[in-house]
Amino acid sequence: MSTIQNMSRRGFLKGTFAAGAFVLCSGYLPKNLVAAGTDPSAADPLSDAAFHPGIWMGIEPDGTVVIVAARSEMGTGCRTALPRILADELNADWNKVRIIQAIGDAKYGDQDTDGSHSVRSFFDDMREAGATARTMLVQAAAAKWGVPAGECEATLHKVVHKASKRSLGYGELAADAAKLPVPAKDTLKLKPSSEWLYIGKDYDAYDLQDLCTGKGEFGMDAHLPGMVYASIEHPPVLGGKVKSFDDKDALTVPGVHQTATIDPFKPPHLFQPLGGVAVIADNTWAAFQGRKKLKVEWDNGPNASFSSDSYRKELQATARKTGHVARSVGDVDAEFAKGGKTIEADYYVPLLAHASMEPPVAVADYRDGKVITYAPTQSPQAVQDTVARAVGIKKEDVTCYVTLLGGGFGRKSKPDYIAEAAVLSKKIGKPVKVVWSREDDIKFDYYHTVAAMYMKATVGSDGLPTAWLQRSVFPPITSTFVAGAEYASDGEMEMGWSDTPFNIPNLKAENGPAPAHVRIGWLRSVANIYHAFAVQSFASELATLAGRDQLDYLLKLIGPDRVIDKKLLPEKFENYGGDYKDYPIDTARMRRVTELAAERAGWGKRKLGKGEGMGVAVHRSFLTYVATVVRVNVDNNGKMRIQQVDTAVDGGLLVNPDNVRQQFEGAAVFGTSIALHGEITATNGVIDQSNFFDYKMCRMNEAPREINVHLIESKAPPAGVGEPGVPPFAPALCNAIFAATGKRVRELPLSRTALA
Amino acid sequence: MVRLKVNGKEYSFDGDPDTRLLWYIRDIVGLTGTKFGCGMALCGACTVHRNGVAIRSCVTPVKAVEGAEITTIEGLSTNGLHPVQQAWIEHRVPQCGYCQSGQIMQVASLLKTKPHPTDDDIDEGMSGNICRCGTYKRIREAIKDAARRSA
Repeated sequence: MSTIQNMSRRGFLKGTFAAGAFVLCSGYLPKNLVAAGTDPSAADPLSDAAFHPGIWMGIEPDGTVVIVAARSEMGTGCRTALPRILADELNADWNKVRIIQAIGDAKYGDQDTDGSHSVRSFFDDMREAGATARTMLVQAAAAKWGVPAGECEATLHKVVHKASKRSLGYGELAADAAKLPVPAKDTLKLKPSSEWLYIGKDYDAYDLQDLCTGKGEFGMDAHLPGMVYASIEHPPVLGGKVKSFDDKDALTVPGVHQTATIDPFKPPHLFQPLGGVAVIADNTWAAFQGRKKLKVEWDNGPNASFSSDSYRKELQATARKTGHVARSVGDVDAEFAKGGKTIEADYYVPLLAHASMEPPVAVADYRDGKVITYAPTQSPQAVQDTVARAVGIKKEDVTCYVTLLGGGFGRKSKPDYIAEAAVLSKKIGKPVKVVWSREDDIKFDYYHTVAAMYMKATVGSDGLPTAWLQRSVFPPITSTFVAGAEYASDGEMEMGWSDTPFNIPNLKAENGPAPAHVRIGWLRSVANIYHAFAVQSFASELATLAGRDQLDYLLKLIGPDRVIDKKLLPEKFENYGGDYKDYPIDTARMRRVTELAAERAGWGKRKLGKGEGMGVAVHRSFLTYVATVVRVNVDNNGKMRIQQVDTAVDGGLLVNPDNVRQQFEGAAVFGTSIALHGEITATNGVIDQSNFFDYKMCRMNEAPREINVHLIESKAPPAGVGEPGVPPFAPALCNAIFAATGKRVRELPLSRTALA
Repeated sequence: MVRLKVNGKEYSFDGDPDTRLLWYIRDIVGLTGTKFGCGMALCGACTVHRNGVAIRSCVTPVKAVEGAEITTIEGLSTNGLHPVQQAWIEHRVPQCGYCQSGQIMQVASLLKTKPHPTDDDIDEGMSGNICRCGTYKRIREAIKDAARRSA
């Protein structure tokens, strides 16, 4: 599933070892292990390829198996899942496993923890690493006993020779195994799934107890001796610059030491610091207080004319004009020209902020031309790159330690906040912790983009569509990387727009241009959020027009069981980086999750009272199929309560089913926040919202009372789990609201629509 | 000079008495289990106990807790795990875990006044604590379990 780079496996065993330790190379300095040196031939910065095991684990003389987790932990569970795969193949006792979080290092392959592909991309590497070590341990034992390796077997954390009833623990074998040649990959025997110890079983997150006792170490908790705290006043409008500032009053605040400026970015902004004025103090409170007394005059720049209301009108006008064609099946225009029963609809989803519970924060220490940073980052190699550029050093001279993340959702893959800490540390000559306030987090995000969508379909006498056009217009993520970019990338188009699997003879997906006036980024499930909202809501509108049950109609749209022919998809179909042979669009799987969710929700069977309604939506994203059924209750005053959510998931092979359930339970709440409240707006280029009173979150009293996750057991290759639960939620909810009230919701958030 | 107890230990602070208790605990005392989420008592991540009752430390000046006994997540249970923590582990409540210190402290306090909370009690008692990972379902189940354990 992942591309393996060729490199010298022998090279990984260079370097010093703690006495008797068997180390398959690690670039991180573990407490008890001496780090092996990195083989220069192995270094390939910015590589997207997963690396061959040899860097993933070590075994200590006491038998502790140390496993390196190189993907970031923000609650999705990959810090536990990937080591579990390795430990399984190794036949290691999980109670004897210690996990170490890797620093940013290209040798670990892709460490950008985005896109719900940690398990998919590293499944094979983890198994190979485990199998390699297991094979060498068996060989070491066999050699020690003078018996053929074929007569020996690795059981749990030891090797046994059944015939002579001898056994040796992994710790005892470590030193001998370290002397053996590393077996070639193609000689490895992987365990059959029937022998899996851990894969497929519910298990606790490695850090579970720490997280319940206040011991989890997040970026916010990092501390270095001599560290000072910084709070930064950023230019309120994107692209703004400091004209002048007065820090006289700020400097009088107890605990404040000094102020320092950060240069504004040069477009395109990428992950560069925004610029501004930092207040440096003894502690976070003093820095925040000092900043309140700072007086800054800004040159706001061209984005100061951006206001959400007028911008929305522009987007919606563009959505009504022909755009770039991302995908075309049949001839939609010819079919529309025939006339017939036609329905059009405009959909709208506003800017959204990530608002992870831990705001952006980082500690950096610039010393002798090098930087060490501790940060809650989803992408430590991007940190190395960004920090290096920001302070003018080499990427290799940036060491990025990855802490736990108090949520990410995509915000923390952009290391602007870490570059700020490095820049300030270089200026001040001390370690600096940059702490973003909640207001900073809300006002200076890389927002999930704002989208206007236009849908048009003609239907035949059976009510099913004969032609279907969907056109979306949104400032693209590309605008963060290429100044002035206005059209979506293929990747954004493939997220729920050019991959629509409906059985319609004439189908077209288009994209119209939109300029960006704020930083645009990716947020949990990305373009799938607004695309699924439009597609699944419009499907429900067509069902109503046809006078048919929404579920039946949706299944008809999905059509007969088939794998969507690649010829019907865009030519350069990226498929989330998955090989189409392994991860085709399989409508049978889409149908099955839809039927399962509906069945478990009691669709068509449950007696619904006055003001009650059910809605369904299904969506494939990150290679996983998810169907959601929502039941709502709307009272006479328009007050809505989400009573029940049933989500059916086909994500292929699932490493830790309960962890997967957690993700989909959480996605229902995340989706509720989006549907009910999510809205970021701007006036004169300045973001209007600032904290949780005006950028509201779903709370306990609004969360669905019952959330049932139904996992399909599958042997298909593992697919995404962190993001796919989000897209179907809002349309399922709005379809339910329609069923309950007759009110069709075409724009989010719901706070904009009176339901009474 | 402000004198207070944190997790049973005496402290005296002669810095700015308006310093919010959250930052005193985190940056000066050095206990980082209590978290910063909003600074406006809107999210509950900063919840600690003042004489056994939940308060939001991000809006509480240190001078306001002069003479008080503050308990943080680190001091919730000095001997093993609190029933709430045990329930939290059994139900695998946390995902990222950042809000969970605040959630646990809130629950520990809530159960003192509402030892057998109904769903409505839970809604009312817990809606001040935001979880962006969306662990509310398991929080609710763990609360009911912890209540049963403590009965």
